[in-house]
Order: sequence, then structure tokens, then C-alpha cells
Amino acid sequence: MPNFGSITWLCHVQFGRVTCAQWPTPLIYNHMVVDISLSEDEIDRIFGALADSTRRDILGHAIRHEQSVSALACQYAMSFAAVQKHVAVLERATLVTKERRGREQIVHANRATLGKAGTLLDAYEQLWIQRAKRIADILANPKGE
Amino acid sequence: MTVIATTKDVENLTVTLVAEFDATPDRVWDVWEDPRKLERWWGPPTFPATFTRHDFVVGGESRYFMTGPAGETPRGWWRIDAIEKPRRLDFANGLAGDDGEPAPGVEPMAGYVTFEATDRGTRMTAVTRFIDTAQMKAMLDMGMQEGMTQAIGQIDALLTPASV
Repeated sequence: MPNFGSITWLCHVQFGRVTCAQWPTPLIYNHMVVDISLSEDEIDRIFGALADSTRRDILGHAIRHEQSVSALACQYAMSFAAVQKHVAVLERATLVTKERRGREQIVHANRATLGKAGTLLDAYEQLWIQRAKRIADILANPKGE
Repeated sequence: MTVIATTKDVENLTVTLVAEFDATPDRVWDVWEDPRKLERWWGPPTFPATFTRHDFVVGGESRYFMTGPAGETPRGWWRIDAIEKPRRLDFANGLAGDDGEPAPGVEPMAGYVTFEATDRGTRMTAVTRFIDTAQMKAMLDMGMQEGMTQAIGQIDALLTPASV
């Protein structure tokens, strides 16, 4: 299940909280490797896109099901054009892709980017897990060799 | 050592780690208070931290830098906001400029650490709280750097379970 990490993290985005990561897990470890391929510009775009609650919500909808832009627009008290702009920001961050189907534009979540974004948060978590491990080493060997 | 849980709360922008150590709270406290011990765990093995100042009293400040594999030295600082030895420590942790002093425009993140005596030793809970998403992103850029280095450092230790 290569996307497990991203799914876990998206649950946070939608519902606000809580995940547990066990360590060591090869799964997280593998994600760390993937994650290195994000450039600073990409990171900026992803976090910029996720900084807005409407965009997080739109992304949540797109993850559950693909959505047309007009169907999305019906769900918000804002204009079609405003919703379209939010979708464009998500698209630039490669969090979603758009596909034309007849007269509709269909928005899909981009799981590859979602996996990378989840890993960014995981990286911080891993930092602390590794710190705890080193503290344990120091406590076992206070003099330090 | 057991890492019991880590929790990320996107609504409140916190990352929480709960770990148990087979040592008394005094001894766990000591790895925070003694800068020579602190620098053995704060940075990853390939990005070791050097604390040039560590004034471990309320209102006291620390200065540190990390040394990367290419000789780069990202700098950071702490400010101690609360101390109840050996139970609780609150501190701010921010990015510093090349002069080692706090970088303007980037708010520090907040760290809240508690130490509880248990049957086995000590349960340490470390909460890191970011102020807003922009700050989280700025700190994650630094955290990323550290995280990536760890990932590399972990290859040796974890290759066996990770590769099968």
C-alpha cells in the first residue's frame, strides 16, 4: 500500500486530528526516500495551497470522489469563478489534476503529490522519534564513546 | 526506549511525541540541561549540533549551529520560557541568521516537554507547536533538511527490515 501515509495524513486535513506512527516501519522509511525529490518551490506551492481551508475542503471532496468544478461550486457560498481559482491553485501545486469531459471539467486528486506532502509532516515527526532514540542511547551510555 | 505514540494535529498545528525511557526523570532531564549531552541528540548523526550557549534558566537563551556533510552550518536558537526541574520545560526554538542571532521575520516554534516518573522510568512527552501554516512551512524546510539527513543515517541501522 504505497499510499498509506498520504491517506493517513489526509484524514487529518479533513477531520482535524490524530494519527499514530509506529517506529520502525519500512513503510515510513520508504516514504522518506521518495520525499527527497520535492524542490523548495514545490514545497512552497503545496503548503501555500493547503494553507486555505476552502482549498483543503475542495481537496477532501476530490479525494473522496472525482468532482466537476461546477459540482464543487454548488457546495460553497462563493462564485463559480472563485471556486475555479481555488482549483487552479491546487492544480499548480499538483495536488489535483483537471480533465475536460464534454462541457465539464473534472477534478481528480493527485495521489503522488499527496503522498509527498504527507511525508513532509512525517519528516518532522521522524525527527523527534530519532531524537528520542538518541536520548535512550545517551542514557544507556552516559559517558559517550 | 519505547516510542509510545506520535500525534500530528493539523488543526492545532502540533506534533507530539511520547516516549518512555528506562531512567529516572532526573537523568532524562540532564540530557536537556547539559549542553554536551544535548548536542549528542539534538541533531542527527550526520548533522551534529554544537551549542555555543545554553543558559538553562527561565528567560535564558541558547545558540547552536549544526554542521552538515558539505560543511554547511544552519543556526538556531532557544529561549527558555518555563522550567520545573525535573517535570516540565517550555521553550521557543527559532531559526538564526549567519551571525547566530534570531532571524527577523520568522517566529519561533514552541516546545512543551513534560517528564513523568513511571514504574519503568520516565515518560517524556514533547509537544511542538507551530503558530501558523507559513511558520510551519518555514520550520519544516529546516526540519526537512534534518529529516532527510536522518533518512540517510538510518539506512545503515534499518536496511535489514526495510529492504525485505
